[in-house]
Amino acid sequence: MSLLEVTGLRVEYRTAAGPLHALDGVDVRVEPGEVVAVVGESGSGKSTLAHAIIGLLPANGRVTAGSVLLGGEETTGLSEKALRLVRGRRAGLVPQDPTVSLNPVQRVGVQVGEALRVHGLADRRSAAVRAVELLERAGLPDPAVRARQYPHELSGGMRQRVLIAIAIAAEPALIIADEPTSALDATVQRRILDHLEGLVRGTGTGMLLVTHDLGVAADRADRLVVMSGGRVVETGRTADVLAGPRERYTRDLVSAAPGLHQVVRENPHRDVDTHAEPLVEVRDLVKEFRLPGGGTLRAVDGVSFDIAPGETLGLVGESGSGKSTTARLVLRMDDPTSGEVRFDGTDITGLRGKAWRELRRRAQLVYQNPYASLDPRFSVEEVVAEPLRAFKVGDARARRARAAELVDRVALPASVLDRRPVELSGGQRQRIAIARALALSPDLVVCDEPVSALDVSVQAQVLELLTELQADAGLTYLFISHDLAVVRSIAHRVGVMAQGRLVELAPTAQLFDAPQQDYTRELLAAIAGRRSRETV
Amino acid sequence: MTNPTARYLLRRVGLAVGVLWAAYTVSYVVLYLLPGDAVETMASGGLDGEPLGPAEMAALRARYGLDQPILVQYGKALWAALGGDFGVSVQNGQDVLSAMGDALPSTLALAGTALVLAVLLGTGLAIVATCTRSRWLRQALLSLPSLAVSLPVFLIGLLLVQAFSFGLGWFPSVGAKGPSALVLPAVTLALPLGAQVAQVLAASLDRALDEPYVTTARAKGVGRVGIHLGHALRNAALPALTVVGLLVGQLLAGTVVVETVFTRPGIGRLTVSAVSYQDIPLVQGIVVFAAAVFVAANLLVDLVYPLLDPRIAQGATR
Repeated sequence: MSLLEVTGLRVEYRTAAGPLHALDGVDVRVEPGEVVAVVGESGSGKSTLAHAIIGLLPANGRVTAGSVLLGGEETTGLSEKALRLVRGRRAGLVPQDPTVSLNPVQRVGVQVGEALRVHGLADRRSAAVRAVELLERAGLPDPAVRARQYPHELSGGMRQRVLIAIAIAAEPALIIADEPTSALDATVQRRILDHLEGLVRGTGTGMLLVTHDLGVAADRADRLVVMSGGRVVETGRTADVLAGPRERYTRDLVSAAPGLHQVVRENPHRDVDTHAEPLVEVRDLVKEFRLPGGGTLRAVDGVSFDIAPGETLGLVGESGSGKSTTARLVLRMDDPTSGEVRFDGTDITGLRGKAWRELRRRAQLVYQNPYASLDPRFSVEEVVAEPLRAFKVGDARARRARAAELVDRVALPASVLDRRPVELSGGQRQRIAIARALALSPDLVVCDEPVSALDVSVQAQVLELLTELQADAGLTYLFISHDLAVVRSIAHRVGVMAQGRLVELAPTAQLFDAPQQDYTRELLAAIAGRRSRETV
Repeated sequence: MTNPTARYLLRRVGLAVGVLWAAYTVSYVVLYLLPGDAVETMASGGLDGEPLGPAEMAALRARYGLDQPILVQYGKALWAALGGDFGVSVQNGQDVLSAMGDALPSTLALAGTALVLAVLLGTGLAIVATCTRSRWLRQALLSLPSLAVSLPVFLIGLLLVQAFSFGLGWFPSVGAKGPSALVLPAVTLALPLGAQVAQVLAASLDRALDEPYVTTARAKGVGRVGIHLGHALRNAALPALTVVGLLVGQLLAGTVVVETVFTRPGIGRLTVSAVSYQDIPLVQGIVVFAAAVFVAANLLVDLVYPLLDPRIAQGATR
């Protein structure tokens, strides 16, 4: 008997625009001791599937057909009361975002213990003891101390371990992990997935791993279920699906996944004249922040590098490594504590007033989140032409023409000009943000995690666009990302940052093939998809 | 001072003293700018009395110090007030503090009962409304607060008197004898306040119930009530608590109306008579008292925050 058997499952959401079919006849099976990964892009229905299994659909969603057999018993159509006995006890959920998935005003030990107490597996006192054991099993160091702490006192990785402890507490036969590590840094992600996999494989528990990251799925799963538009497009043994995807959608997904391939585009760019006068020179840059309660934090600690005209310099590092602060200093959006930034030969660290504004013309920024960085009340044309208005370039008609030209350059149809940002997809919005950055024909564009909020196939398209624009206009990029695979596909040289320092800086191929520093090697080892590449 | 909590408290108390001084000064200036003075009011002798002559008026003004320059009057009054001496009432010559002290117990009983009732009613209503699975009941319950808020306090009072005192005869309609006389005034005062608590708490409960940590709790197998009481309520309590702090101000204002409607003695009635007689010392005393209560209530609320949310506790020690 299968541990989980989903057949012909249909789920519908009531929306203002009529019913939305989130799941349209989905079949999935998980055997005891097996890890099955459900992969797909946003909107494919994979999270809906995860929630539908334990009856956790939002108020406007309902199962309209099909069945979910959990350990041989039907869970669709169960009352809320009967479902409570299933949740946690028969199937545990590891939710998506550890930073918001724990109750902020309750000690973590109590939250772990609750998973036992609701099923009558412990009383108040024994729950506290068992919670510490569970936290230890989930791989949390100093579990007895951590159990007395509140979620905000723990890092994201630690919080995810707490959530894992909650999910395994009542020893369910199935663990449903809904994007369990996508909010975490690569090295933390790897350690947590290793641990979760060990727990599952060691006990004969089954795991349904929901993820948008094909690399993660490839590393962990025995079988893959590829979803798109609420349907299962392809399913099979992981190695088989990766080696010979039958469906076009799967092929696109596999080829777009940056981590899965040895080389996506091995330096597709023109050679860079490294002997030319550098566009950007950074020397001994230091930025300190005063901490509340005394003490200072060195966010950037003696960083030096050059960027040649027409070059892409990638800066990688985990959260808190100082890469974004460095980017802000290069753009002079912040004042450095000491050190020097020269832009086209001029020291810009002391620029004020008019000269500072002139710098804005020549150095632009593309932000991480295309959903938040565009004013929702502007039309796309107003968004793109805003820098022109700010610098009083041309008259209204000339600005309109320029906006149309820019939208065309980022390969969007002219019809988007009159639309609002909310009507566009994430990838389209990021193209608009790029068009805006290009409006004043800058020399330098700083891209801060420009694709990390996008699906992989869209990611690949945006990276392609950035490369083309560079070839056409001779742009120089400072490209910030936590994702090594993404940086590899676009950068000429890559700098690795950790704790405010530039640990290693080398041409891309050299850094990936022959890393000099331990930290770089650790980062490289954590790239999801690497394991499958070595074995497939 | 090395202890951050003590430093925080000290700053707040300093701030409170500033607020009290400002309340005293502003009320002093406003009252001084009013046309006429207490002596003129007394001298008019009411409807049937003989008006006083100018010489007698001047003597009276000298007695109350009203013939001195305004800054001198203010300085003297402020100095005395610092020592707890707000002067004597011009209505009957009673010491201001003792006049307020006589009126205080009755008002405290009324306001205290009303506040407790308001919090209980508001919290209960918000919890039931957000917890019920009946859409109809939820809508019905959530429409009650806006009704209660939009009715004037005196109207609520009159309706309650009509129903429970004249109609059913359960409670007396006037006076302050015994606990039964407290019921109708306290309910009258509590209804609009409780309604505001309910509105804010229901909205923030709804927000809390949408948070991902609620999904985590549901996935453990926790039921509706457990999620409400164990997870959502404490997270939703902060905005409601802020409202309770502000309600203390409305509570004092409400006693003015309620004590008048139910003919109860107390600070509210004292205020009405003090204002109508331009009894400046008494009005000043009441203003400073009201400000002190308000400041103390909100300080208390601020001190409770970190107990409810550990994230604030950490912020406060910074």
